[in-house]
Amino acid sequence: MKTVAELQAAREKASVDLALRLGGTSASKYKRNVLVCGGTGCTSSHSEDIIKAFNEEIEKHNLTDEVKVVRTGCFGLCALGPIVIVYPEGCFYSMIEKENVPEIVEEHFVNGKIVEKYLYKETVLEDGTIKKYNETDFYKKQFRVALRNCGLINPECIDEYIANDGYAALAKCLTELQPKEVTQIILDSGLRGRGGGGFPTGKKWSFIADGPQKYVVCNADEGDPGAFMDRSVLEGDPHCLIEAMTIAGYAVGANQGYVYVRAEYPIAVNRLQKAIDDARAAGMLGKNIFGTDFSFDMEIRLGAGAFVCGEETALMTSIEGNRGEPRPRPPFPAVKGLFGCPTVENNVETFANIPQIILKGAEWFSSMGTEKSKGTKVFALGGKIKHTGLVEIPMGITLREIIEEIGGGVPHGKKFKAAQTGGPSGGCIPADLMDVAVDYDNLTAMGCMMGSGGLIVMDEDNCMVDMAKFFLEFTVDESCGKCTPCRIGTKRLLEMLDKITNGEGTLEDLDKLEDLCNYIKANSLCGLGQTAPNPVLATLKFFRDEYVSHVVDKKCPAGVCKNLVTFVIDQDKCIGCGKCAKNCPVDTIVKTDYIAPGHKLASYKIESGKCVKCGACIDGCKFNAISKQ
Amino acid sequence: MQKKISNLPFHGTAEQEAKLQAVIAANKHDKSHLMGVMQEAQAIYGYLPMEVQNMIAEGMDIPLEKVFGVATFYAQFSLTQKGEVHIAVCLGTACYVKGSGVIYEELQKQLGIGGDECTADGKFSLTASRCIGACGLAPVLTVNDEVYGRLTKDDVSGILAKYGK
Amino acid sequence: MDMLNCKVNGIAVSVPKGSTILEAARAAGVEIPTLCYMKEINAIGACRICVVEATGARGLVPACVYPVAEGMEIQTNTAKVQEARKMTLELILSTHDKKCLSCPRSTNCELQKLCNDYGVTASAFEGFKPEYAIDDSAPHLVRDNNKCILCRRCIAVCNQQYVGILGANDRGIDTNIGQAFKLNLSNTPCIACGQCTVVCPVGALTEKDDTEQVWAALADPKKHVVMMTAPAVRAALGEEFGMPIGTGVEGKMVASLRRLGADKVFDIDFGADVTIVEEATELLDRVKNGGVLPMITSCSPGWVRFCEQYYPDEIDHLSSCKSPMQMTGALIKTWYAEKEGLDPKDIYVVAVMPCTAKKYEIKREDQNAAGVPDVDVSITTRELARMIKRQGLNFTALPDEEFDNPLGQDTGAAVIFGTTGGVMEAALRTANDWLTGKDNTEIVYEAVRGNASIKEATLDIAGMQIKIAVASGTKAANEIMQKIASGEADWTFVEIMGCPGGCVTGGGQPIHPQYVRDTVDIHGLRAKVLYDQDEAAVLRKSHESPVVKELYEQYYKDTYGCHKAHHDLHTTYKAESKF
Repeated sequence: MKTVAELQAAREKASVDLALRLGGTSASKYKRNVLVCGGTGCTSSHSEDIIKAFNEEIEKHNLTDEVKVVRTGCFGLCALGPIVIVYPEGCFYSMIEKENVPEIVEEHFVNGKIVEKYLYKETVLEDGTIKKYNETDFYKKQFRVALRNCGLINPECIDEYIANDGYAALAKCLTELQPKEVTQIILDSGLRGRGGGGFPTGKKWSFIADGPQKYVVCNADEGDPGAFMDRSVLEGDPHCLIEAMTIAGYAVGANQGYVYVRAEYPIAVNRLQKAIDDARAAGMLGKNIFGTDFSFDMEIRLGAGAFVCGEETALMTSIEGNRGEPRPRPPFPAVKGLFGCPTVENNVETFANIPQIILKGAEWFSSMGTEKSKGTKVFALGGKIKHTGLVEIPMGITLREIIEEIGGGVPHGKKFKAAQTGGPSGGCIPADLMDVAVDYDNLTAMGCMMGSGGLIVMDEDNCMVDMAKFFLEFTVDESCGKCTPCRIGTKRLLEMLDKITNGEGTLEDLDKLEDLCNYIKANSLCGLGQTAPNPVLATLKFFRDEYVSHVVDKKCPAGVCKNLVTFVIDQDKCIGCGKCAKNCPVDTIVKTDYIAPGHKLASYKIESGKCVKCGACIDGCKFNAISKQ
Repeated sequence: MQKKISNLPFHGTAEQEAKLQAVIAANKHDKSHLMGVMQEAQAIYGYLPMEVQNMIAEGMDIPLEKVFGVATFYAQFSLTQKGEVHIAVCLGTACYVKGSGVIYEELQKQLGIGGDECTADGKFSLTASRCIGACGLAPVLTVNDEVYGRLTKDDVSGILAKYGK
Repeated sequence: MDMLNCKVNGIAVSVPKGSTILEAARAAGVEIPTLCYMKEINAIGACRICVVEATGARGLVPACVYPVAEGMEIQTNTAKVQEARKMTLELILSTHDKKCLSCPRSTNCELQKLCNDYGVTASAFEGFKPEYAIDDSAPHLVRDNNKCILCRRCIAVCNQQYVGILGANDRGIDTNIGQAFKLNLSNTPCIACGQCTVVCPVGALTEKDDTEQVWAALADPKKHVVMMTAPAVRAALGEEFGMPIGTGVEGKMVASLRRLGADKVFDIDFGADVTIVEEATELLDRVKNGGVLPMITSCSPGWVRFCEQYYPDEIDHLSSCKSPMQMTGALIKTWYAEKEGLDPKDIYVVAVMPCTAKKYEIKREDQNAAGVPDVDVSITTRELARMIKRQGLNFTALPDEEFDNPLGQDTGAAVIFGTTGGVMEAALRTANDWLTGKDNTEIVYEAVRGNASIKEATLDIAGMQIKIAVASGTKAANEIMQKIASGEADWTFVEIMGCPGGCVTGGGQPIHPQYVRDTVDIHGLRAKVLYDQDEAAVLRKSHESPVVKELYEQYYKDTYGCHKAHHDLHTTYKAESKF
């Protein structure tokens, strides 16, 4: 495609099919579109087999001209995968197995009767009517900008992307806007970086220095445990990233882009590579895009398993073929970045907002969100929450809405204790702050961090000291080893936490722990080290009593820290079946001569000392006779 | 833990070398492609022993130490071979007190290799794992993805025999 | 130039735009402690000891890399800064072996000094500390990672030398500096230049101490111990005893060697003069008879090893002349032994060198003119200082004494061998006289002086335009060799020294803390000692040396480069693989 008119024509042609899914009337020959999630989550639960089964059954029923099966990106509600959505009804089949497919095809596609038993329960109302998937609690408060095409289009089909306004923003930039105007729109929109500190994107672009060679880099080295929104965009809407990076290239005067992706994301890498090839073939990448003077191309570079490469300077060092060690800033990448040239670097989710901002305007975007945090944010809900998955919501929604309404609350009637945000760089929000509006500045004020948007829910069974230790173990493993505070300091922090969870800590250790945390924050070379102590500091701030229990009472209130709990058999509940004794790896459960009233056999008891607190006895006891104290 | 270095003789084939040399030839113009070359090399050989890193260093005109520094920085790169049969012995607390350490030693003895090593024929490799959550079966080990539990030292030869030792 | 105004601890100072806080502080006369920083070579902001407070910056910032902004107010030693530095030192100490009592760098250790300055004791943090085996496999140096603080200065110089055998491996708390695959140093293409030992702030990299062998020889009544010194030693030895950089101590050095018990104290300058006549003869022969050109000097064993391993196809460019040290050793065990009626086996030759690579050179093949090694042991300037201290000599109070005869006489040409360009200048003086058949008085060649890493010139000698090049440091050598290997070079003669600046800044010379190395022209001051000595010399051309003349009359049938001279004074090279 060399002209905007050609793009328009392509869009009109392709949008016929998509209209069915967007709720309009469609001139498409297809009566139905069956969307099956092909994201990493659903793929691991065999959604490929489901696609195959649908195609076979559809062929069997001679429906190939009526029903089209589409492999999409992630729908978000991963807890219910594999997910199948059928348009035009918009009905939501959840946890589908390939054995269910013949029945759905037969009943639904041939006989026109939705198979209720496979639908997501919430969508089936008492009166028998069926809610569309986007009317469910999980979806109704969401507003999708970055994820707008995920779960809607076939990510491997450039035409479907074009059908939903794809590459229109690029066309607009190249033919109607000056580079400076593009940057101004992004600046006015208030978009802030979605990967970490939340630096205003437009500002970043405007800082770019002059130079004969400049680069646009996309950080797709998503490494926070529990965060996978970038993967979802790459898997579900790769062209959006290509379009956005090309726009960034136009705005800052760069003609080469790099996407640095984790090698652990094979599906994402393959789809992005195909998208790059297709975009190049369609003239959306390469020389003289839309017949203008502007040329832009991009390539993928694979990470090799180093969390620190998510830090922008480390990422560039890695692209250059080195150990991914961060460099001091300043100089900032905008002045001296990749290969020493001015470089703009944003993460995937940030880029994914760009085309919509260009098309709909800065005002549209900045009308969403809070005063200083505009637009929407994607969160990855995980941990002790019913609806684990990905949600995109306007900034400013409260944590309570996210967890209780969208996320369905804490399962098994347990009590919410805290939400961890920002992964190993972040902190935790305790229950009494659940009504604070979630945005960059509120989170920072609480000693938390938006980070990439991982949100892990913890309940009463989680020990906050253990949680801090978990994140520290991660940071110690992932520290690059370049600067002293992070290399040695985080290790010493972890050792102190070990001491505390082993019941060997003292109150003085808590002060020393805090001092060391503050030192590491203030003295580390890069963001990894500067934020590594956050999980410790935040838990110390909100859950100091738990630390005190560990060091003073030598107790772990949540019963997690093994050295501080004892396993006890309630001899009145024990029926004497002896299963626990059989399960015990260290043979420390013995029969007593006490027979509880109403029981026939003598009960068992755990002889302390040898117990390794593995929990095998509890897991095997059907009578809830064993507990941790 | 510092990365363990393979002490086995290198058995690369001419075919593997030709593949690697082709990768190097396609990338030697740009030293920033080092990691990509190493990734492809690992795909060809399964790991990155000194001989392979040497070929990369010489072909790309990069000091061997730099290649090694990169190889030991990223978790994805392995300096040791993984055998067709990969045995992981759980050394979590429960298994350890139940004698998994003895089993680990017995495996080392019978296979004639240390931890994180591979037999010379590339058949067996051995590693220690963290708790795999099967404490009720302690001590346990996994062979590829299969779990064996409630083991004693005497079970080791039987398990190995099952996999052709 | 755009200037920026800032204040360091209240002192107003104006610095060029782009300056770092450290540079501004130095301009204001304020020193900020550093560990990893090396001017122009290693600005990585890794150790964090140089953190300061500055207006407009968040928290603490590393002075070594943080740029000054207009109006910035910098505080280099607030309570907050001191607390941070203390904790950094405590953390470093928690992974350090703290065996200062027996460390060769004790009292000259940058970490020890900072711990003293900040009152830091060892016990604040305890925990996991990686343990490393000491690598003493190589003849020239010892690596003890248990003392390493991961400042990476050694990596920076090793890369600067274009050798790159040292690097950071693994990551996090396991990060360690070392060779690929944990190979012993002796199995790597290390060129033995020892520059890493000069920049190591602690005792993790040190020369291999061979002084015990020397003490043993001195104590052995059957041994005739000859101690001989390279020109660069006299230009730096005084620094070990608190004398200012740039103090010439030839007389005291000779006196100290005699007091250590040497039977004879000779000067390697003598061998340098012989080198010139042999090398000039070889060069003229190559020019006349279509030999391989350019011919490249071979005095520097670090450079020779670099050439053999990194440019194995180009070793024919190397002059076959042994180095002055080996020539002197060879002549001691042949000519001198014969004159004195000594059995070469009973002579023990100790070379005192500014160099660590010499420890490797004495073990090379084809370096045994009398059937025994030409030189028995080579110690560095630093090791000699250690011996002088153990002997209890008050060095600065020693009288000035002169070298013994006959191998103690030199010319000005020989003494300048100790700096980059010196060999070339000495050779040019002789070549010019020989080719013109005149006793020329224009003998100073400014074009080859100074500390540029590569110096090129086209000289008019006896009507011929001769192109020459001088390089110091193996990075520069690499540039030269690339041109030679590609055939684009048209030089006739090239001087290469392995260490940047030549022998005066060799790997065995006295060690100064990095802030001194950053701010003082050590090379210039030491080189000046040699140039001054040359200027004051009566004889300034190697071929005019009466001892050289005597040698050739008595021993080599008055013929430079004769067969016997070739046997005694020349050597061979071997192409080697890097891996």
